[in-house]
Amino acid sequence: MKVVVSSISSDSHTWNLIYMQLLMEEFGFDVVNLGSCVSYDELIKQCHHVKPDLLLVSTVNGHGFIEGENIAEKLKNYPMLRRMKSVIGGKLSTKGAADNEAIDKLYAAGFDGVFMGEQSIPLFKAFLIKHQLIMKETA
Amino acid sequence: MISYFSDYIDSHKQKGELVVQPRMGFSRYKLMKQGLRATQRANAVTVGTLTLDSYTRVGDYEAATLALQNNQDINGYPIVSYGAEKTQRLLHGLQSASFPVQVRHGTALPLRVFQEMVDSNIDATEGGPVSYCLPYSQLPLKDAMQGWEAAVSHLASSQNILAHIESFAGCMLGQLCPPSLLIALNILECLFFKELGIQSVSLSYAQGTNLIQDYSALRVLRHLADKYLSDMRWHVVVYSYMGVFPNTFDGANKLIQNSASLASMTGCERLIVKTKVESQRIPLISENVEALALAYAASKQRLDLSFDNDEYLVILKEAENLIQAVLSENVDLSEAMLEAFKKGILDVPYCLHKDNKGLAKTIIDKKGYLKWANVGEMPLSLERNQKQAVTANAFLEMLSYVKQHYDEGV
Repeated sequence: MKVVVSSISSDSHTWNLIYMQLLMEEFGFDVVNLGSCVSYDELIKQCHHVKPDLLLVSTVNGHGFIEGENIAEKLKNYPMLRRMKSVIGGKLSTKGAADNEAIDKLYAAGFDGVFMGEQSIPLFKAFLIKHQLIMKETA
Repeated sequence: MISYFSDYIDSHKQKGELVVQPRMGFSRYKLMKQGLRATQRANAVTVGTLTLDSYTRVGDYEAATLALQNNQDINGYPIVSYGAEKTQRLLHGLQSASFPVQVRHGTALPLRVFQEMVDSNIDATEGGPVSYCLPYSQLPLKDAMQGWEAAVSHLASSQNILAHIESFAGCMLGQLCPPSLLIALNILECLFFKELGIQSVSLSYAQGTNLIQDYSALRVLRHLADKYLSDMRWHVVVYSYMGVFPNTFDGANKLIQNSASLASMTGCERLIVKTKVESQRIPLISENVEALALAYAASKQRLDLSFDNDEYLVILKEAENLIQAVLSENVDLSEAMLEAFKKGILDVPYCLHKDNKGLAKTIIDKKGYLKWANVGEMPLSLERNQKQAVTANAFLEMLSYVKQHYDEGV
Protein backbone atom coordinates (compact mmCIF):
# COMPACT_ATOMS: atom_id res chain seq x y z
CA MET A 1 0.00 0.00 0.00
CA LYS A 2 1.25 3.48 -0.87
CA VAL A 3 0.51 6.71 0.96
CA VAL A 4 1.40 10.29 0.16
CA VAL A 5 1.84 12.30 3.37
CA SER A 6 1.60 16.05 2.95
CA SER A 7 1.07 19.32 4.73
CA ILE A 8 -0.84 22.32 3.37
CA SER A 9 0.66 25.26 1.52
CA SER A 10 0.86 27.67 4.47
CA ASP A 11 2.08 25.21 7.12
CA SER A 12 5.84 24.95 7.78
CA HIS A 13 5.62 22.48 10.70
CA THR A 14 7.24 19.11 10.06
CA TRP A 15 7.17 17.14 13.32
CA ASN A 16 3.57 16.04 12.74
CA LEU A 17 4.54 14.84 9.24
CA ILE A 18 7.41 12.77 10.58
CA TYR A 19 5.16 11.22 13.24
CA MET A 20 2.58 10.31 10.58
CA GLN A 21 5.29 8.83 8.33
CA LEU A 22 6.60 6.63 11.15
CA LEU A 23 3.07 5.54 12.01
CA MET A 24 2.20 4.68 8.40
CA GLU A 25 5.48 2.76 8.02
CA GLU A 26 4.53 0.76 11.11
CA PHE A 27 1.21 -0.02 9.40
CA GLY A 28 3.20 -1.40 6.48
CA PHE A 29 2.76 1.44 4.00
CA ASP A 30 5.34 2.75 1.53
CA VAL A 31 5.44 6.44 2.35
CA VAL A 32 6.19 9.40 0.09
CA ASN A 33 6.46 12.44 2.35
CA LEU A 34 6.04 15.77 0.56
CA GLY A 35 7.00 17.77 3.62
CA SER A 36 5.79 21.22 4.59
CA CYS A 37 4.46 24.18 2.60
CA VAL A 38 3.24 22.06 -0.30
CA SER A 39 1.53 24.03 -3.06
CA TYR A 40 -1.74 22.75 -4.51
CA ASP A 41 -0.03 22.18 -7.87
CA GLU A 42 2.77 20.16 -6.30
CA LEU A 43 0.30 18.05 -4.33
CA ILE A 44 -1.75 17.19 -7.43
CA LYS A 45 1.41 16.50 -9.44
CA GLN A 46 2.81 14.12 -6.82
CA CYS A 47 -0.51 12.27 -6.44
CA HIS A 48 -0.48 11.61 -10.19
CA HIS A 49 3.18 10.57 -10.10
CA VAL A 50 3.02 8.26 -7.06
CA LYS A 51 -0.56 6.97 -7.59
CA PRO A 52 -1.03 6.24 -3.87
CA ASP A 53 -3.85 4.27 -2.31
CA LEU A 54 -4.22 7.03 0.26
CA LEU A 55 -3.53 10.76 0.50
CA LEU A 56 -2.90 11.80 4.10
CA VAL A 57 -2.96 15.53 4.81
CA SER A 58 -1.57 16.43 8.23
CA THR A 59 -1.54 20.04 9.38
CA VAL A 60 -1.26 21.85 12.71
CA ASN A 61 -1.19 25.58 11.97
CA GLY A 62 -4.93 26.16 12.18
CA HIS A 63 -5.53 26.63 8.45
CA GLY A 64 -6.56 23.03 7.77
CA PHE A 65 -10.31 23.69 7.46
CA ILE A 66 -9.74 26.43 4.90
CA GLU A 67 -7.01 24.83 2.82
CA GLY A 68 -8.39 21.31 3.23
CA GLU A 69 -11.59 22.31 1.51
CA ASN A 70 -9.57 23.79 -1.37
CA ILE A 71 -7.56 20.59 -1.72
CA ALA A 72 -10.64 18.36 -1.82
CA GLU A 73 -12.37 20.58 -4.38
CA LYS A 74 -9.31 20.55 -6.64
CA LEU A 75 -8.90 16.76 -6.38
CA LYS A 76 -12.42 16.36 -7.78
CA ASN A 77 -11.16 17.65 -11.13
CA TYR A 78 -8.91 14.65 -11.70
CA PRO A 79 -10.55 11.37 -12.73
CA MET A 80 -7.20 9.58 -12.40
CA LEU A 81 -7.29 10.26 -8.65
CA ARG A 82 -10.79 9.02 -8.01
CA ARG A 83 -9.63 5.63 -6.68
CA MET A 84 -7.36 7.31 -4.14
CA LYS A 85 -8.80 7.71 -0.64
CA SER A 86 -8.06 10.96 1.16
CA VAL A 87 -7.93 11.90 4.83
CA ILE A 88 -7.03 15.03 6.74
CA GLY A 89 -6.11 15.48 10.39
CA GLY A 90 -4.33 17.55 12.99
CA LYS A 91 -5.08 20.98 14.39
CA LEU A 92 -7.43 22.15 11.69
CA SER A 93 -8.67 25.44 13.10
CA THR A 94 -7.25 28.32 15.09
CA LYS A 95 -9.89 27.73 17.76
CA GLY A 96 -9.47 24.97 20.34
CA ALA A 97 -12.65 22.94 20.01
CA ALA A 98 -13.85 20.88 17.05
CA ASP A 99 -16.17 22.70 14.67
CA ASN A 100 -18.76 20.16 13.48
CA GLU A 101 -19.97 22.34 10.65
CA ALA A 102 -16.43 22.71 9.33
CA ILE A 103 -15.84 18.97 9.62
CA ASP A 104 -19.02 18.30 7.63
CA LYS A 105 -17.81 20.72 4.97
CA LEU A 106 -14.59 18.73 4.58
CA TYR A 107 -16.53 15.48 4.13
CA ALA A 108 -18.85 17.22 1.69
CA ALA A 109 -15.85 18.53 -0.25
CA GLY A 110 -14.66 14.96 -0.71
CA PHE A 111 -12.46 13.81 2.16
CA ASP A 112 -13.11 10.20 3.20
CA GLY A 113 -11.91 10.83 6.75
CA VAL A 114 -11.40 13.86 9.01
CA PHE A 115 -9.50 13.33 12.27
CA MET A 116 -8.87 15.80 15.06
CA GLY A 117 -8.77 15.73 18.83
CA GLU A 118 -7.43 13.21 21.30
CA GLN A 119 -8.96 10.11 19.74
CA SER A 120 -7.81 10.87 16.22
CA ILE A 121 -5.16 8.13 15.97
CA PRO A 122 -7.32 5.21 17.19
CA LEU A 123 -10.17 6.48 15.00
CA PHE A 124 -7.83 6.78 12.04
CA LYS A 125 -6.62 3.21 12.61
CA ALA A 126 -10.23 2.01 12.62
CA PHE A 127 -10.77 3.89 9.36
CA LEU A 128 -7.79 2.11 7.76
CA ILE A 129 -9.12 -1.29 8.84
CA LYS A 130 -12.66 -0.49 7.66
CA HIS A 131 -11.39 0.54 4.21
CA GLN A 132 -9.11 -2.50 4.08
CA LEU A 133 -6.02 -0.34 3.83
CA ILE A 134 -4.47 -2.37 6.65
CA MET A 135 -5.19 -5.92 7.75
CA LYS A 136 -6.90 -6.29 11.12
CA GLU A 137 -4.26 -8.82 12.22
CA THR A 138 -1.30 -6.50 11.75
CA ALA A 139 -2.91 -3.53 13.48
CA MET B 1 34.64 50.36 9.77
CA ILE B 2 31.87 49.33 12.12
CA SER B 3 32.68 46.15 14.05
CA TYR B 4 30.51 46.76 17.10
CA PHE B 5 29.33 43.17 17.39
CA SER B 6 32.71 41.43 17.21
CA ASP B 7 34.41 43.97 19.49
CA TYR B 8 31.65 43.85 22.10
CA ILE B 9 31.84 40.05 22.34
CA ASP B 10 35.64 40.21 22.70
CA SER B 11 35.52 42.84 25.42
CA HIS B 12 32.94 41.02 27.56
CA LYS B 13 34.73 37.74 27.08
CA GLN B 14 37.79 39.37 28.62
CA LYS B 15 35.68 40.30 31.63
CA GLY B 16 34.21 36.79 31.85
CA GLU B 17 30.71 38.10 31.19
CA LEU B 18 28.16 36.11 29.16
CA VAL B 19 26.37 38.22 26.56
CA VAL B 20 22.65 37.43 26.50
CA GLN B 21 20.32 38.16 23.60
CA PRO B 22 16.60 37.88 22.83
CA ARG B 23 14.70 36.96 19.70
CA MET B 24 12.63 40.04 18.95
CA GLY B 25 10.91 41.46 15.89
CA PHE B 26 8.02 43.87 15.46
CA SER B 27 6.69 45.48 12.31
CA ARG B 28 5.52 48.52 14.21
CA TYR B 29 8.40 51.00 14.22
CA LYS B 30 7.72 52.44 17.69
CA LEU B 31 7.39 49.00 19.22
CA MET B 32 10.63 47.79 17.65
CA LYS B 33 12.40 50.85 19.02
CA GLN B 34 10.85 50.23 22.43
CA GLY B 35 12.00 46.60 22.34
CA LEU B 36 15.55 47.53 21.47
CA ARG B 37 15.65 50.15 24.22
CA ALA B 38 14.27 47.70 26.79
CA THR B 39 16.91 45.15 25.77
CA GLN B 40 19.65 47.72 26.11
CA ARG B 41 18.45 48.70 29.58
CA ALA B 42 17.90 45.15 30.85
CA ASN B 43 19.66 44.06 34.02
CA ALA B 44 22.18 42.03 32.01
CA VAL B 45 24.93 42.32 29.41
CA THR B 46 22.93 42.30 26.18
CA VAL B 47 22.96 42.80 22.44
CA GLY B 48 19.90 43.81 20.47
CA THR B 49 18.02 41.84 17.84
CA LEU B 50 16.02 42.71 14.75
CA THR B 51 14.10 39.54 13.88
CA LEU B 52 12.64 39.78 10.40
CA ASP B 53 9.08 38.83 9.41
CA SER B 54 8.28 35.66 7.47
CA TYR B 55 7.17 37.48 4.28
CA THR B 56 10.62 39.08 4.03
CA ARG B 57 12.19 35.72 4.81
CA VAL B 58 10.57 34.07 1.80
CA GLY B 59 11.33 37.05 -0.45
CA ASP B 60 7.76 38.33 -0.63
CA TYR B 61 8.70 41.97 -0.04
CA GLU B 62 5.49 43.19 -1.68
CA ALA B 63 3.35 41.36 0.90
CA ALA B 64 5.38 42.85 3.75
CA THR B 65 5.11 46.34 2.27
CA LEU B 66 1.36 45.91 1.71
CA ALA B 67 0.92 44.87 5.34
CA LEU B 68 2.75 48.03 6.47
CA GLN B 69 0.59 50.19 4.21
CA ASN B 70 -2.57 48.55 5.58
CA ASN B 71 -1.40 48.99 9.16
CA GLN B 72 -1.38 45.24 9.74
CA ASP B 73 0.97 43.73 12.30
CA ILE B 74 3.24 41.05 10.89
CA ASN B 75 5.56 38.73 12.78
CA GLY B 76 8.83 40.62 12.46
CA TYR B 77 10.69 43.72 11.29
CA PRO B 78 10.38 44.11 7.49
CA ILE B 79 13.84 45.51 6.86
CA VAL B 80 13.54 45.56 3.05
CA SER B 81 10.14 47.29 3.11
CA TYR B 82 11.30 49.95 5.56
CA GLY B 83 14.53 50.74 3.75
CA ALA B 84 17.92 51.81 5.07
CA GLU B 85 17.02 55.39 5.96
CA LYS B 86 14.15 54.33 8.21
CA THR B 87 16.21 51.54 9.79
CA GLN B 88 19.07 53.94 10.49
CA ARG B 89 16.61 56.23 12.24
CA LEU B 90 15.32 53.28 14.23
CA LEU B 91 18.82 52.46 15.42
CA HIS B 92 19.87 56.05 16.03
CA GLY B 93 20.76 56.56 19.67
CA LEU B 94 20.56 52.83 20.31
CA GLN B 95 23.02 50.89 18.18
CA SER B 96 26.58 51.66 19.25
CA ALA B 97 29.83 50.08 20.38
CA SER B 98 28.16 49.45 23.73
CA PHE B 99 24.94 48.07 22.26
CA PRO B 100 25.44 46.16 19.01
CA VAL B 101 22.47 44.90 17.03
CA GLN B 102 22.13 41.70 15.00
CA VAL B 103 19.69 40.92 12.19
CA ARG B 104 18.10 37.50 12.74
CA HIS B 105 16.04 35.88 10.01
CA GLY B 106 15.59 32.54 8.24
CA THR B 107 16.15 33.57 4.68
CA ALA B 108 17.28 30.99 2.15
CA LEU B 109 18.13 33.70 -0.42
CA PRO B 110 19.42 36.61 1.69
CA LEU B 111 21.04 39.03 -0.78
CA ARG B 112 18.36 41.72 -0.53
CA VAL B 113 18.31 41.47 3.26
CA PHE B 114 22.10 41.72 3.43
CA GLN B 115 22.07 44.73 1.11
CA GLU B 116 19.69 46.53 3.47
CA MET B 117 21.79 45.47 6.42
CA VAL B 118 24.97 46.97 4.94
CA ASP B 119 23.17 50.17 3.92
CA SER B 120 21.82 50.46 7.47
CA ASN B 121 25.30 50.04 8.99
CA ILE B 122 24.41 46.81 10.81
CA ASP B 123 27.43 44.54 11.13
CA ALA B 124 26.00 41.22 12.33
CA THR B 125 23.61 38.57 11.01
CA GLU B 126 23.11 34.80 10.98
CA GLY B 127 22.32 31.79 8.83
CA GLY B 128 24.15 29.67 6.30
CA PRO B 129 23.57 27.97 2.94
CA VAL B 130 22.67 24.67 4.60
CA SER B 131 21.21 25.77 7.93
CA TYR B 132 18.77 28.22 6.37
CA CYS B 133 17.76 25.92 3.52
CA LEU B 134 17.20 22.38 4.76
CA PRO B 135 15.03 23.09 7.81
CA TYR B 136 12.38 25.47 6.47
CA SER B 137 12.75 26.00 2.76
CA GLN B 138 11.68 24.05 -0.31
CA LEU B 139 14.47 25.72 -2.28
CA PRO B 140 16.98 23.27 -3.81
CA LEU B 141 20.23 23.25 -1.83
CA LYS B 142 22.16 24.13 -4.97
CA ASP B 143 20.18 27.37 -5.32
CA ALA B 144 20.69 28.22 -1.66
CA MET B 145 24.43 27.62 -2.00
CA GLN B 146 24.64 30.02 -4.96
CA GLY B 147 22.41 32.56 -3.25
CA TRP B 148 24.55 32.56 -0.14
CA GLU B 149 27.77 32.82 -2.16
CA ALA B 150 26.50 36.06 -3.69
CA ALA B 151 25.04 37.43 -0.47
CA VAL B 152 28.05 36.63 1.73
CA SER B 153 30.42 38.13 -0.88
CA HIS B 154 28.39 41.30 -0.73
CA LEU B 155 28.82 41.45 3.05
CA ALA B 156 32.52 40.70 2.89
CA SER B 157 33.19 43.40 0.32
CA SER B 158 31.35 46.16 2.16
CA GLN B 159 33.49 49.13 3.11
CA ASN B 160 31.49 50.40 6.08
CA ILE B 161 31.11 47.25 8.18
CA LEU B 162 33.29 44.37 9.32
CA ALA B 163 30.63 41.73 8.79
CA HIS B 164 29.94 39.02 11.38
CA ILE B 165 27.93 35.93 10.47
CA GLU B 166 26.64 33.39 12.96
CA SER B 167 26.15 29.89 11.56
CA PHE B 168 22.72 28.49 12.41
CA ALA B 169 24.07 24.94 12.03
CA GLY B 170 24.04 24.30 15.76
CA CYS B 171 20.28 24.36 15.54
CA MET B 172 19.15 22.93 12.16
CA LEU B 173 15.69 21.50 12.97
CA GLY B 174 16.05 22.67 16.57
CA GLN B 175 16.16 19.29 18.26
CA LEU B 176 16.81 15.55 18.02
CA CYS B 177 20.17 15.75 16.26
CA PRO B 178 23.28 14.14 17.77
CA PRO B 179 25.89 16.85 18.46
CA SER B 180 28.62 15.57 16.15
CA LEU B 181 26.62 16.46 13.03
CA LEU B 182 25.71 19.91 14.35
CA ILE B 183 29.39 20.53 15.09
CA ALA B 184 30.51 19.37 11.64
CA LEU B 185 27.92 21.55 9.88
CA ASN B 186 29.01 24.56 11.96
CA ILE B 187 32.65 24.15 10.95
CA LEU B 188 31.74 23.65 7.30
CA GLU B 189 29.48 26.72 7.16
CA CYS B 190 32.12 28.87 8.87
CA LEU B 191 34.74 27.64 6.39
CA PHE B 192 32.28 28.62 3.65
CA PHE B 193 32.03 32.13 5.15
CA LYS B 194 35.81 32.32 5.50
CA GLU B 195 36.36 31.41 1.87
CA LEU B 196 34.13 34.27 0.80
CA GLY B 197 36.11 36.79 2.82
CA ILE B 198 34.30 36.96 6.15
CA GLN B 199 36.68 37.51 9.08
CA SER B 200 34.37 37.19 12.07
CA VAL B 201 32.00 34.30 12.74
CA SER B 202 30.15 32.54 15.51
CA LEU B 203 29.27 28.87 15.84
CA SER B 204 25.97 27.92 17.40
CA TYR B 205 24.80 25.08 19.63
CA ALA B 206 21.25 24.37 20.66
CA GLN B 207 20.91 22.93 24.16
CA GLY B 208 20.11 19.21 23.92
CA THR B 209 18.51 16.57 26.09
CA ASN B 210 21.32 16.14 28.62
CA LEU B 211 23.62 18.77 30.13
CA ILE B 212 26.56 16.38 30.52
CA GLN B 213 26.42 15.51 26.83
CA ASP B 214 26.10 19.23 26.01
CA TYR B 215 29.20 19.91 28.13
CA SER B 216 31.25 17.42 26.11
CA ALA B 217 29.78 18.65 22.83
CA LEU B 218 30.64 22.29 23.52
CA ARG B 219 34.20 21.33 24.38
CA VAL B 220 34.46 19.53 21.03
CA LEU B 221 32.95 22.48 19.18
CA ARG B 222 35.45 24.92 20.68
CA HIS B 223 38.36 22.54 20.09
CA LEU B 224 37.50 22.13 16.39
CA ALA B 225 36.81 25.85 15.94
CA ASP B 226 40.29 26.47 17.24
CA LYS B 227 41.68 23.89 14.82
CA TYR B 228 39.83 24.92 11.65
CA LEU B 229 39.19 28.62 12.20
CA SER B 230 42.29 29.72 14.09
CA ASP B 231 42.98 32.65 11.76
CA MET B 232 39.49 34.12 12.20
CA ARG B 233 37.70 35.87 15.01
CA TRP B 234 35.18 33.34 16.30
CA HIS B 235 32.98 32.76 19.31
CA VAL B 236 30.25 30.31 20.35
CA VAL B 237 26.59 31.13 20.91
CA VAL B 238 24.39 28.71 22.84
CA TYR B 239 20.63 28.60 22.18
CA SER B 240 18.33 27.79 25.07
CA TYR B 241 16.39 24.61 24.27
CA MET B 242 14.55 24.92 20.94
CA GLY B 243 12.11 22.00 21.21
CA VAL B 244 8.78 21.61 23.00
CA PHE B 245 9.08 23.87 26.02
CA PRO B 246 7.98 23.20 29.61
CA ASN B 247 4.45 24.37 30.41
CA THR B 248 5.20 25.40 33.97
CA PHE B 249 6.99 28.67 34.68
CA ASP B 250 9.29 26.92 37.17
CA GLY B 251 10.25 24.30 34.61
CA ALA B 252 10.72 26.86 31.86
CA ASN B 253 12.87 29.15 34.01
CA LYS B 254 15.03 26.25 35.21
CA LEU B 255 15.65 25.19 31.61
CA ILE B 256 16.65 28.75 30.68
CA GLN B 257 18.90 29.08 33.73
CA ASN B 258 20.62 25.78 32.96
CA SER B 259 21.36 26.90 29.41
CA ALA B 260 23.00 30.06 30.75
CA SER B 261 25.13 28.22 33.31
CA LEU B 262 26.10 25.69 30.63
CA ALA B 263 27.20 28.49 28.33
CA SER B 264 29.30 30.30 30.88
CA MET B 265 30.98 27.25 32.39
CA THR B 266 32.09 26.05 28.94
CA GLY B 267 33.59 29.44 28.11
CA CYS B 268 30.94 30.29 25.54
CA GLU B 269 30.50 33.95 24.85
CA ARG B 270 26.80 34.45 24.02
CA LEU B 271 23.36 33.00 24.72
CA ILE B 272 20.07 33.37 22.83
CA VAL B 273 17.37 33.02 25.46
CA LYS B 274 13.89 31.62 25.41
CA THR B 275 11.18 33.00 27.71
CA LYS B 276 8.92 31.32 30.24
CA VAL B 277 5.91 31.78 27.88
CA GLU B 278 7.58 29.91 25.01
CA SER B 279 5.07 27.05 25.17
CA GLN B 280 2.14 29.44 24.76
CA ARG B 281 2.92 32.43 22.59
CA ILE B 282 5.32 35.06 21.33
CA PRO B 283 6.70 36.94 24.35
CA LEU B 284 5.97 40.51 25.36
CA ILE B 285 8.97 42.81 25.58
CA SER B 286 8.75 42.63 29.37
CA GLU B 287 8.84 38.84 29.31
CA ASN B 288 11.94 38.91 27.13
CA VAL B 289 13.62 41.38 29.48
CA GLU B 290 12.78 39.13 32.44
CA ALA B 291 14.36 36.14 30.68
CA LEU B 292 17.50 38.13 29.88
CA ALA B 293 17.97 39.11 33.53
CA LEU B 294 17.24 35.58 34.73
CA ALA B 295 19.73 34.06 32.30
CA TYR B 296 22.43 36.59 33.03
CA ALA B 297 22.17 36.02 36.78
CA ALA B 298 22.28 32.25 36.24
CA SER B 299 25.43 32.62 34.13
CA LYS B 300 27.26 33.55 37.32
CA GLN B 301 26.41 30.12 38.78
CA ARG B 302 28.32 26.99 37.90
CA LEU B 303 26.43 23.74 37.35
CA ASP B 304 27.54 20.65 39.21
CA LEU B 305 28.32 18.67 36.08
CA SER B 306 30.76 15.84 35.68
CA PHE B 307 32.80 15.80 32.49
CA ASP B 308 32.21 12.71 30.33
CA ASN B 309 35.55 12.26 28.58
CA ASP B 310 34.41 9.11 26.75
CA GLU B 311 31.51 11.03 25.22
CA TYR B 312 33.88 13.89 24.35
CA LEU B 313 36.07 11.47 22.38
CA VAL B 314 33.10 9.86 20.62
CA ILE B 315 31.69 13.23 19.52
CA LEU B 316 35.14 14.47 18.49
CA LYS B 317 35.85 11.42 16.32
CA GLU B 318 32.41 11.52 14.67
CA ALA B 319 32.63 15.25 13.93
CA GLU B 320 36.14 14.92 12.48
CA ASN B 321 35.08 11.95 10.32
CA LEU B 322 32.20 13.98 8.90
CA ILE B 323 34.26 17.13 8.28
CA GLN B 324 37.09 15.24 6.60
CA ALA B 325 34.73 13.13 4.50
CA VAL B 326 33.08 16.29 3.15
CA LEU B 327 36.32 18.17 2.54
CA SER B 328 37.71 15.24 0.57
CA GLU B 329 34.69 15.23 -1.81
CA ASN B 330 35.87 18.29 -3.76
CA VAL B 331 38.36 21.15 -3.50
CA ASP B 332 35.46 23.53 -3.96
CA LEU B 333 33.65 23.64 -0.62
CA SER B 334 30.21 24.39 -2.09
CA GLU B 335 30.50 21.44 -4.46
CA ALA B 336 31.81 19.29 -1.64
CA MET B 337 28.79 20.03 0.55
CA LEU B 338 26.32 19.48 -2.30
CA GLU B 339 27.95 16.17 -3.17
CA ALA B 340 28.01 15.13 0.49
CA PHE B 341 24.28 15.69 0.93
CA LYS B 342 23.53 13.96 -2.36
CA LYS B 343 25.41 10.86 -1.25
CA GLY B 344 24.11 10.99 2.30
CA ILE B 345 27.55 11.58 3.81
CA LEU B 346 25.72 14.36 5.61
CA ASP B 347 22.16 13.43 6.60
CA VAL B 348 20.08 15.50 9.00
CA PRO B 349 17.75 13.26 11.05
CA TYR B 350 14.03 13.94 10.53
CA CYS B 351 14.67 16.59 7.89
CA LEU B 352 12.16 16.27 5.06
CA HIS B 353 13.94 18.47 2.51
CA LYS B 354 14.27 16.79 -0.91
CA ASP B 355 18.06 17.24 -0.89
CA ASN B 356 18.46 15.53 2.48
CA LYS B 357 18.94 11.76 2.22
CA GLY B 358 16.59 11.05 5.11
CA LEU B 359 18.03 7.75 6.37
CA ALA B 360 19.55 9.09 9.58
CA LYS B 361 17.56 8.64 12.78
CA THR B 362 18.14 9.71 16.39
CA ILE B 363 17.10 8.21 19.69
CA ILE B 364 17.51 9.31 23.29
CA ASP B 365 19.46 6.62 25.14
CA LYS B 366 19.23 5.47 28.77
CA LYS B 367 21.53 8.30 29.91
CA GLY B 368 19.38 10.85 28.13
CA TYR B 369 22.02 11.39 25.42
CA LEU B 370 21.08 12.00 21.79
CA LYS B 371 22.46 9.03 19.88
CA TRP B 372 22.29 7.65 16.35
CA ALA B 373 19.66 4.96 15.80
CA ASN B 374 20.63 4.85 12.13
CA VAL B 375 23.55 6.56 10.40
CA GLY B 376 22.43 5.93 6.83
CA GLU B 377 25.37 6.58 4.51
CA MET B 378 27.32 8.75 6.94
CA PRO B 379 30.93 7.65 7.70
CA LEU B 380 30.10 6.85 11.31
CA SER B 381 30.11 3.55 13.15
CA LEU B 382 27.38 2.29 15.41
CA GLU B 383 28.02 0.13 18.43
CA ARG B 384 26.55 -3.34 18.50
CA ASN B 385 22.77 -3.16 19.10
CA GLN B 386 22.78 0.60 18.61
CA LYS B 387 20.96 0.46 15.26
CA GLN B 388 17.22 0.37 15.81
CA ALA B 389 13.94 1.40 14.27
CA VAL B 390 12.26 4.44 15.76
CA THR B 391 8.57 3.87 16.41
CA ALA B 392 6.00 6.63 16.09
CA ASN B 393 5.33 6.48 19.85
CA ALA B 394 9.02 6.62 20.74
CA PHE B 395 9.32 9.64 18.47
CA LEU B 396 6.46 11.43 20.25
CA GLU B 397 8.07 10.71 23.61
CA MET B 398 11.39 12.12 22.42
CA LEU B 399 9.73 15.36 21.39
CA SER B 400 8.40 15.83 24.94
CA TYR B 401 11.41 14.40 26.81
CA VAL B 402 12.88 17.69 27.98
CA LYS B 403 9.51 19.31 28.72
CA GLN B 404 8.48 16.36 30.87
CA HIS B 405 11.79 16.31 32.70
CA TYR B 406 11.54 19.98 33.64
CA ASP B 407 7.79 20.17 34.28
CA GLU B 408 7.87 17.18 36.60
CA GLY B 409 11.15 18.15 38.22
CA VAL B 410 12.34 14.62 37.57
